[in-house]
Amino acid sequence: MEFLISLWEALPYELQYLIWTMIKIVAIVLPMMLLVAYYTYAERKIIGYMQVRVGPNRVGPKGWLQPIADALKLMFKEIIIPANANKLLFLMAPAITLAPALAAWAVFPFDEKLVFADINAGLLYILALTSVGVYGVIIGGWASNSKYAFLGTMRSAAQIVAYEIAMGFALVGVLVAAGSLNLGEIIRAQEGGIFSWFWLPLLPLFAVYVISGVAETNRAPFDVAEGESEIVAGFHVEYSGMAFAVYFLAEYANMILISALTAVMFFGGWLSPFQGWPVLGPLFDWVPGFFWLVIKTGFFMFLFLWLRATFPRYRYDQIMRLGWKVFIPITIVWIAVVGLAVVYQVPWWFD
Amino acid sequence: MTLEKLIFYVLAAVVLAAAVMVVTRRNPVHSALFLILAFFASSGIWLLAEAEFLAIVLVLVYVGAVMVLFLFVLMMLDIDIAVLRSGFIKMLPLGVVMAIAMAAELILIVGPGNFGLEKYAAPARHAADYSNTEELGSVLYTVYMYPFEIAAVILLVAIIAAIGLTMRRRTDTKFIDPSTQVVIKKGDDRIRMVSMDAEKG
Repeated sequence: MEFLISLWEALPYELQYLIWTMIKIVAIVLPMMLLVAYYTYAERKIIGYMQVRVGPNRVGPKGWLQPIADALKLMFKEIIIPANANKLLFLMAPAITLAPALAAWAVFPFDEKLVFADINAGLLYILALTSVGVYGVIIGGWASNSKYAFLGTMRSAAQIVAYEIAMGFALVGVLVAAGSLNLGEIIRAQEGGIFSWFWLPLLPLFAVYVISGVAETNRAPFDVAEGESEIVAGFHVEYSGMAFAVYFLAEYANMILISALTAVMFFGGWLSPFQGWPVLGPLFDWVPGFFWLVIKTGFFMFLFLWLRATFPRYRYDQIMRLGWKVFIPITIVWIAVVGLAVVYQVPWWFD
Repeated sequence: MTLEKLIFYVLAAVVLAAAVMVVTRRNPVHSALFLILAFFASSGIWLLAEAEFLAIVLVLVYVGAVMVLFLFVLMMLDIDIAVLRSGFIKMLPLGVVMAIAMAAELILIVGPGNFGLEKYAAPARHAADYSNTEELGSVLYTVYMYPFEIAAVILLVAIIAAIGLTMRRRTDTKFIDPSTQVVIKKGDDRIRMVSMDAEKG
């Protein structure tokens, strides 16, 4: 141990900093990957119970090892590259989808002091990164050299681009209300119990954000990218083995990211719901903020599965209509309302 | 050489290499992808120059929105490279003259004669809590209020004009107005009973 400490201290400062940063990144990404794996298990179990089935129950006790078995299976499968496909772009595309979904966690505040990079323009950074994710879909479908994959690409990419605007506008409302782009500051602006959180004054934006988030991740009821009842599958129809698994990982990582961001933007992140209340407030003071964040994120993660088990798929033209003609006008009107409320310091939230 | 300089030269090399690839690739989709790479690398350079707002907005607007639409169009168009390249040799002299003229202009304006540390001192470093976004916003909405709003109005006019030009009414679609679908009532609206004779044979 002594030897290891002296070895560590012998390293130059830059190298120490680099290693320390790498360790932090691994500490965020590794649990995320595990969470993704068990999110797929939770999805199959929860939807199973909702449909009065049992779900996976063969591998390991109660099927706990199912995600591990799935991952192993996918890893040992052959990655088939279509004839005349652009090999480099074909293999790069899944990684392009996954990378932004993981990189966005860099500015995410897990607790009052627990944030990897506490930058001023955190919200902008997240918006920029999530807008890059669509390239994985576009490049993957195009590089597959297949008409089916390409048509699937056009469908999902048009959907993602449309809902991204509504999502961005909803976050503009949050930024106006909080007066800051820093995610920590946004949470601090919501201090004071469950009714001070932004979900109440920004209720229309909250609804738009959550529904757009479902559409953005290509999940049911907006999952025309899969669309097993109408097309063979979307942009990933030519992908197999690990290349497909990375797309899959990215989809679930994005769902977790959107759930966590909803908790931060509209539900006060790490704040306790009873903060400042007479009896309950001090009673729950000892609970760490991370715990509240996990509960809130978990609820929205459950919502994704609940929606999938409940609603039938939207028709494609209805998806586009909802995005462009309903959500974007709602967000624009409500941004104006929030702007006025902030200027005139409407009591309870903005005074 | 400091780490910062090293990062700058790497990013600058990536920008230049990507820019060359944009104009030399045969496949227009590859060109567009290299343009995206160039945008990314320039955004990195702006980040080095402490212009984080511009850097992030470059990725958000150009990479996240403009280039996506560009790629859409490029992938769906049937572009014939041979036709595109047909006039290359004929137009080459004119192109060379134009390129030299533009390069000369650029060097005259942003060349080492007008820029450099003796002409412009290096800007002071800002503390970590200095918000680029806030500074930009407070100038944009006070001092440059009118230019900013006029630019916004011009863009709006351009959007309306573009939509107006491409709008066409199609009579052969089976489009149903969603509001009539939503307000439909149970019973007579949904179903119409027809009595007809059974076919024979």
